[in-house]
Amino acid sequence: MKFLPSGGQWVWTLLLAPWILFPIQAQPPTDAAFLSTLGELREASYSEKETIAERLSKTGHPSVRAVLTGFMEDRLCFRNSDRKVFLVKSNEGDSLNLADPLTLKDAGFASADSLTKIGTNNGLRHVLRTTIAHFALSSPDVSVRMEAVREMQQSLDEPTVALLRERSGVETNPGVKNEIATGLALASLDGSDPNARLEAVATLGKSVSQVVRNRLALLLENESDAKVRRAAAAAVATIDQWRTFYSAIETLFFGLSLGSVLVLIAIGLAITFGVMGVINMAHGELMMLGAYTTYAVQTAMPGHIGLSVLVAIPAAFLVSGSTGVLLERTIIRFLYGRPLETLLATFGVSLFLQQSVRSIFSALNRSVVTPEWMSGSLRLNDALTITYNRLYIVIFTLLVFSLILAVLKRTRIGLDIRAVSQNRAMAKAMGIRTEWVDAMTFGLGSGIAGVAGVALSQLTNVGPNLGQSYIIDSFMVVVFGGVGNLWGSLIGGMSMGVLNKLLEPYAGAVLAKIFVLVALILFIQARPRGLFPQAGRAAEDK
Amino acid sequence: MLSFRNWGAGGDRGGAWFLAVLAVVAVAVPVFNQAVTQSSPFHLSAFGITLIGKYLCYGMLALSVDLIWGYCGILSLGHAAFFSLGGYAMGMYLMRQIGARGVYGDPILPDFMVFLNWKALPWFWYGFNHFPFALVMMALAPASLALVFGWFAFRSRVTGVYFSIITQALTYALMLAFFRNDMGFGGNNGFTDFKEILGFDLHSDRVRVVLLVVSTAALAASYTACRAIVQSRAGRVIRAIRDAESRTRFLGYPVESFKLWLFVFSAVIAGVGGALYVPQVGIINPGEFAPINSIEAVIWVAVGGRGTLYGAIAGAVLVNYAKTYLTGAFPEVWLYVLGALFVLVTLFLPRGIVGLASGRGDEKR
Repeated sequence: MKFLPSGGQWVWTLLLAPWILFPIQAQPPTDAAFLSTLGELREASYSEKETIAERLSKTGHPSVRAVLTGFMEDRLCFRNSDRKVFLVKSNEGDSLNLADPLTLKDAGFASADSLTKIGTNNGLRHVLRTTIAHFALSSPDVSVRMEAVREMQQSLDEPTVALLRERSGVETNPGVKNEIATGLALASLDGSDPNARLEAVATLGKSVSQVVRNRLALLLENESDAKVRRAAAAAVATIDQWRTFYSAIETLFFGLSLGSVLVLIAIGLAITFGVMGVINMAHGELMMLGAYTTYAVQTAMPGHIGLSVLVAIPAAFLVSGSTGVLLERTIIRFLYGRPLETLLATFGVSLFLQQSVRSIFSALNRSVVTPEWMSGSLRLNDALTITYNRLYIVIFTLLVFSLILAVLKRTRIGLDIRAVSQNRAMAKAMGIRTEWVDAMTFGLGSGIAGVAGVALSQLTNVGPNLGQSYIIDSFMVVVFGGVGNLWGSLIGGMSMGVLNKLLEPYAGAVLAKIFVLVALILFIQARPRGLFPQAGRAAEDK
Repeated sequence: MLSFRNWGAGGDRGGAWFLAVLAVVAVAVPVFNQAVTQSSPFHLSAFGITLIGKYLCYGMLALSVDLIWGYCGILSLGHAAFFSLGGYAMGMYLMRQIGARGVYGDPILPDFMVFLNWKALPWFWYGFNHFPFALVMMALAPASLALVFGWFAFRSRVTGVYFSIITQALTYALMLAFFRNDMGFGGNNGFTDFKEILGFDLHSDRVRVVLLVVSTAALAASYTACRAIVQSRAGRVIRAIRDAESRTRFLGYPVESFKLWLFVFSAVIAGVGGALYVPQVGIINPGEFAPINSIEAVIWVAVGGRGTLYGAIAGAVLVNYAKTYLTGAFPEVWLYVLGALFVLVTLFLPRGIVGLASGRGDEKR
């Protein structure tokens, strides 16, 4: 019994299904009626099923849409043993993951043989689509209505257009109203009246959607009326312009989000490398420790994925920070003033940490679940969509950055750190415990690496090689920005990210990276001390 | 930094011992492989020859790193790039030697080009069917990269850790580039499945022995050349640059030229080492450019004792022997050992095993 015709597509439909958005009401009175109507589907003929579906939608039960969508996609079935109706959420081989049609909650697994599918045919599916659309159009939730209208724009047949026209008088939300107008305009492009077509083209010219653009381009080829053709050509040009503009913004945003990751890594390095003059090759591995901490925290509190990420941030800071302090106390403090030796020793530490993680967690990648509030995307308009996880990373980076800046500029420990980095002997003479400050500085830099690891765990798989893949880039950021300068790291990281993403469409990801590296190597020739070189005596003896 | 000391300049006892050992290897390996029958426990297998040959090539890489790091204070974290470039030059020659015996049987194009549907040989592959040309390229390719890169870097006085980091970026960028199929160097598979060199079958023991003897000769010659350089007047300037770069510059020495030529020469030694490495191990791929390889080479030098030349080579052989043994017997442990080596050697053995042996492990500063 083959349940799912198309690959993973419907999984997404289900994920995006509006039942997430509906507030779950406590025991609606229609439960029993809904269930008995649903039960009738088991023996009904195709034509009877149509009326049953109609009646189901009339019940106004919160899960109607999910059930009907499931029905349309051939995912409604009943159990042979007790004839109870279920929705199929996903299938893994022969075992199907079921959901209760009333609550839509998980109802465990069952083998495909123990279930019977409630069949559909083309005609029925067509009816269902209209019913669902109708149902969705009258939903109290704006985003559900929006989604429904967008879906209807893809298949504008007679009943759909009638539905849209009916709805355009009632709709109050301006965004949805706009979408309906676009849908109706798309439909009237097929009309015989050139003036109506002209009007429709004018309406569509304001849109930036790919569907509209393609439809207008098609019109351009087949249109007989010269005036309409001219208007359509102008509209296509405008849409293209806007789409280019938005895609430039999108590229910029991608670049900034990549840059944020680099900045997050580089801030920690800028502190240890810049402020202390210590090359910490194990920085990437401290980051990896942070990522594994996220994984461990998540494993420890499986019921609270959303919360676990927030808990992981301080936890990762502590784990990586204390590892950093330990590192400083046992190895690095003996090597101050010998940067090349420090580089080698910390490289050894990085190998050690990698292998430890491999021994403890195995060499396989661990995947950290992205919490619900970080998944999905923010759709600004038809041409510009921003994914939440990237958006949060950018915000998070700016937060961490300002926090570090505040710590360095406004707190006692920050003052001590700056004093020691500027003139160690004088700071010591003024009574600052330089050894303690060294340990704290290193701990701070390492802790930030851990925090960066939490962010990275949301973007890539967590594995023993996590640190290595970013470390060279982040060193380049620090060198590019100017050693010991947090602002330099911020600007350096962001511009490297943007440059990378700008080059990517022309050169491909790998070549773009090579170009950026070569550009940096050349840049260092021109400005050996980075964008914002350190001034004063401290810079001279390094 | 190491203070200026004339380490036994007159009697190079360590070097003499080292050359003697090399001579013994060059004689003993052919004898134990060719003259001793296979059933005898003293018979040296083909695997053994390859292993020794590999260590000798690593020794050349270590020598080249020590020449610039130990004597001039330039820590390159990208020296394996030069080693690999030399290896690729040799690999291109060996690929052309396969001729029509490849899987696809194309007389001109190597297999991977046929596989990628290429119609003609790219221009940079011309000439590699001639051994003398390939021989020149083995030195010229790494040398020109070192010349261009070094000229830019030294001219603008990129020193210390900055230099280390950009050399690392260099080898990383090269690795990414060589991984691309479009580059025309076989993508991530690199070159392998070689058949013969100069018409001799690469799989026969006799050819392997000859390659090993050539490797010992190349290593001995490189060592002697490096030794001559560091013992010369120029060598003193180079050491002065290591100990006080600005002061040397103020005394009127063209510091940048000294550094540049030493860097180029060192790249050539690394390249020749790579070129000898490829026919012996039978493969070259972009993984050789990985930054960790360069850093490992640095640790060989540190373990053996930098600024001694022969110590670096000894370090390369010892660390690699340990690697061969441990990755075979206890694969889990190898990275722990390597990591601990890095830490312990930098903390407690600043002059490496040679320093320990000569009882002068004391290091000021």
